[in-house]
Amino acid sequence: MATKKGKQTIVFAVKPVIIGYSTVAGPKEGQGPVGPYFDKIYPDLAMGQKSFEKAERQMMLNAIDTALEKASLSRSNIDYFVAGDLLNQIISSGFSALELGAPFLGIYGACSSFCEGLIFAGVLVDSGAAQAVITATSSHNNTAERQYRYPIEYGAQLPPWSQHTVTGAAATAVAVRGLGPRLELATVGKVMDLGIKDPLNMGAAMAPAAADTIFTHMEDTGRNPGDYDLIVTGDLGKIGREIVVELAQRQGFDLSGNYRDCGELIYSKEQLENAGGSGCACSALVTLGMLFNQNYKRILVVATGALHSPTSYQQGENIPAIAHAISIEF
Amino acid sequence: MKDLLKDPAAYQALANEKKPKPRLAKNLTMAFLVGGGICTLGQLIQNIYIKFFNFPPERAGDPTTTTVIFISGLLTALGVFDKIARHAGAGTAVPVTGFANSIVSAALEFKREGFVLGVGSKMFILAGSVIVFGVVTAFVVGLISALL
Amino acid sequence: MGSYLTAFLVGGAICLVAQLLFDLTPLTPAHVLVIFVVAGGVLGGLGLYDPLIKFAGAGATLPISSFGNALVKGAMAEAARSGPIGILTGTFELTSSGITASIIFGFFFALLFNPKG
Repeated sequence: MATKKGKQTIVFAVKPVIIGYSTVAGPKEGQGPVGPYFDKIYPDLAMGQKSFEKAERQMMLNAIDTALEKASLSRSNIDYFVAGDLLNQIISSGFSALELGAPFLGIYGACSSFCEGLIFAGVLVDSGAAQAVITATSSHNNTAERQYRYPIEYGAQLPPWSQHTVTGAAATAVAVRGLGPRLELATVGKVMDLGIKDPLNMGAAMAPAAADTIFTHMEDTGRNPGDYDLIVTGDLGKIGREIVVELAQRQGFDLSGNYRDCGELIYSKEQLENAGGSGCACSALVTLGMLFNQNYKRILVVATGALHSPTSYQQGENIPAIAHAISIEF
Repeated sequence: MKDLLKDPAAYQALANEKKPKPRLAKNLTMAFLVGGGICTLGQLIQNIYIKFFNFPPERAGDPTTTTVIFISGLLTALGVFDKIARHAGAGTAVPVTGFANSIVSAALEFKREGFVLGVGSKMFILAGSVIVFGVVTAFVVGLISALL
Repeated sequence: MGSYLTAFLVGGAICLVAQLLFDLTPLTPAHVLVIFVVAGGVLGGLGLYDPLIKFAGAGATLPISSFGNALVKGAMAEAARSGPIGILTGTFELTSSGITASIIFGFFFALLFNPKG
């Protein structure tokens, strides 16, 4: 049975195993550095569907079915389905759950959903309440733009600190035993608000949450950044990453060596228009796609999410953010 | 060392330091050139309407504006306008091209939600404030001038 | 008939000012466009926008500020003709073609095309 260590960290007793996982992505992501690792790359953003929302759902279901196949499971032996996405009322997840017919726990962590899902899956499996839990998350550039920002064909000029929502979906099958990467520890984040108001400057808005979760993780576990082959944040982008390095330095942690950000890894230098990628799928695609195939021994994945809405922003509120960390052993 | 996570003002100072500068020189140049270019093209169109379609000069603004709106709408529908606007910034946003783009892009976008609830209701989601504030200004200025 | 050079310079200059506001202030494009419409309306009320149109032609009529001027001119002209009620009946007189065209084209383009991204 899992226990708590320090202020915010969960220690799994029997380390839950990711016995299967899958990543699918859109054309731009397919052309990037993680492209070779995806199970499926869609040739366009409509994906043969009548709306981009349906396309996002299609990606999520595809990822889930592929993950099930790799885990030698079927839709009927999913104990629980834990999923979240960026859309209002998490419709990508809810409608996918309807299609799967599995007991569903919907979550919202914005772009931190990948880690949040794994945390719940890990605890469910470690508690004995489940044999196998499926987690999934997705994001789609066009569904995110129309909900959070502007119509797709609107001629907006985005500043160099803005980020591009990743089109993709990922799913994992977390089980009590089997072969695969293991969830070792998880640090649940607290919501942080340091006064950033600009929804185009997500990196600055979310960096404090990432930093706070990383510091708390180290303090709770007594570890150092050097105990990990790699520490990644979900989608802070170039600016957010630089801020975290500086915050860490002031706190006495050296992150200059083994710390990267998935938002910077998902696209190549030529593809990178501004500060990098963002979206629920960003951390998931890079972690499951690229990082799981690198011969690491232990990594710390810190997915970051902004918890504002267009309404809260228009009402003049700041952008609060959260970050969840999961330590994965190979 | 100060704990920036407990000090919003200090954190924001750090965040601003790390923020890259907007590409001011490029943006200003493009806005000037494209904005000027669009107005020059508009002038050409207007002169064509005056010379070849016999519009009196004071009435030539209507067909000119309509033509520019049509071209902007078409470029928006073809998926080309936003690619130009990304670089042109105010150069495409400030002339009536931007107004037309905001309406046509919204109409296209919300087609998924149907013509009544989507296209109809949300067509002015971006252009609405320009119309509202323009009309309010006309009312206030008109009222003041009527009272003087 | 207007000159191409003045249209280019004045149109370009107005867009340049807007770009400065975009890049150097926290104002959103929507805020800046509203400021320009209101400014055009106020200048129109003071009789200062028409001379600009005479000088720059399309360089002054194409920017969104001209929309503000046209709304104000319509209201004032109709008020002069038929009294205060003219402020309400005349506002859209000069901008009718622009708004109608935008709605018509918006509707028909939506019928025929889909957003691409």
